Amino acid sequence: MRNFEFFEPTTIEDASALLTKYNGKAKLLAGGTDLIIEMKARTATPEYVISLEKIPELADITYDEESGLRIGALTKLRTLEKDSIIRERYTALAEGAGEVGGVQIRHLATIGGNISHGSPAADTAAPLLVLGAQVRIASADGERTVPIELFFLGPGQTVLETGEIVTAFECPPRSANEGSQYIKQKIREVMDLAFVGVASSAKSDNGTVSEVKIGLAAVAPTPLRATDAEAMINGNSLTPELLEQAAAAASAQSSPISDLRCSAEHRREMVGVLTRRTLQAAAALAQG
Amino acid sequence: MKKHPVSLTVNTDTYDLLIEPRKTLLATLRDTIGLTGTKEGCSTGDCGACTVIVDGKAVTSCMMLGVSANGKEITTVEGLASRDQLHPIQQAFIDKGGYQCGFCTPGFIVASKAYLDENPNATEAEIRHALGNNICRCTGYTKIIEAVMSAAEAMRNA
Repeated sequence: MRNFEFFEPTTIEDASALLTKYNGKAKLLAGGTDLIIEMKARTATPEYVISLEKIPELADITYDEESGLRIGALTKLRTLEKDSIIRERYTALAEGAGEVGGVQIRHLATIGGNISHGSPAADTAAPLLVLGAQVRIASADGERTVPIELFFLGPGQTVLETGEIVTAFECPPRSANEGSQYIKQKIREVMDLAFVGVASSAKSDNGTVSEVKIGLAAVAPTPLRATDAEAMINGNSLTPELLEQAAAAASAQSSPISDLRCSAEHRREMVGVLTRRTLQAAAALAQG
Repeated sequence: MKKHPVSLTVNTDTYDLLIEPRKTLLATLRDTIGLTGTKEGCSTGDCGACTVIVDGKAVTSCMMLGVSANGKEITTVEGLASRDQLHPIQQAFIDKGGYQCGFCTPGFIVASKAYLDENPNATEAEIRHALGNNICRCTGYTKIIEAVMSAAEAMRNA
C-alpha cells in the first residue's frame, strides 16, 4: 500500500472540508473492506484518507413509530443483521446485510460504504429500494435528501458530488401487516457476490396486497425497481397466474450482462424466479 | 509521511506506538509488536487467517488500519491460553485433529472464540455459517467443525 496522510475528523463539516480541499486525491474510509483492498491492489491511490469513524452521529440506529427508521451510515452490517426492529419490520434489510462477505467482514463493513461504493450488486441496495429509503447526504454547505432510486448512476457511480458524504438512511415506519424479503442467488453460502439479488415488500389488505415494491440487484448497471411488475400486483390477490405475469415483467425490466460468474440468460430467468419467491414470502410475512 | 501515535491493548499489554497510516492492524501486530501468531494468508479479507478480536468482534485484521485500532482492545491467538492451560478451543483442535499444516488454525480458533462468546449454544449449521470467512486449504472442514462443537460443549459444562 502506498503511504498517505490520515485524518480523523470529528464532525461532518470537517470531513467534508477535507474532502473538498483534497478534491480527487482523498478517499473516505468507513469500514475499509473495499477501500483497503483497492489501495493494496493500487486501483485506489489516495494521498489523503479521511476516516469517518470518529463522527458520533454517523453510528446510531433509531426507530420511532411516527418518523420511522434512521440508520447512520457508519452502522456495521453485522449490527443491522442482528437488530431486532430491523429483523422484524425491515426484514429484507437484515437479510441483505447478513449476505455480505462473512462475519469478520460484516463486523467492519458499513451500510454507507456498501451503498456509496455504487456497486449494482450491493446486497443492501435492493432491500433499501423496497423499504422506501431516503439517502441523507451532507457537505460543508448543507444537507440534501435523495430517494435511493435516484442515488445510483452506473457501476461505481452515484449522485455524490465533491465534498458530499452519505450520513444516514431513513425509511418510513412499517406496521405489522407489512412484510419483506431479500434473496441472493450465489454459489457459496457465504463470501460470494450476488449473481442476482431480489427484494420484495408488500402490505396485506383483506386478501389483497398493496404498496408492493420489488428491487433488483446485479442485473442492470444500477440497482433498480421492477415498477411494471409492481403495478400489475398492487391491489390484487397473489394468484399463481398473477405471480407468473409479474415474474415475467420483472425479468423484462432487467438488463443483465454475461460474465465469469453467470450468463445474462440465467440472470434474467432468476429475476423472475426470485421475484415470485420474494413476493410470496413478503406477502406471507405481511399476513403474520 | 507523518506517523501517528497509537495506543492499543493487545491481550493484556498496552502498547504505545508510532506507526505509518498505511500499516494494517495485521502488520502492526506482526511486525511492530512481534506477535506472529496471527497469520497473513490472502491479504484481501477472503481467507480469515488474520482474524483477531477487536472490542469483542472478530475482524479480518488485514482489512483494518493500525491507526484505526487506536484505543481499542485486541485479542490475538496468543491471548487465549492462560499461564499453563490451553483455551478449550485450542485443546479441542488438538484432541480432534482440527488442523494439518496449522496456518489457518489461529484464524479459525480466534473466529470460533468470538462466535462462541456470542452464541454459546450454537448449532453445527450456525458454526459452519459463522466460520465461512475462514478457509483451510489442507483438508476438509469436518475435523475443524468437530473441534469447535466439542469445545462449545466443554465451555458450556465448565
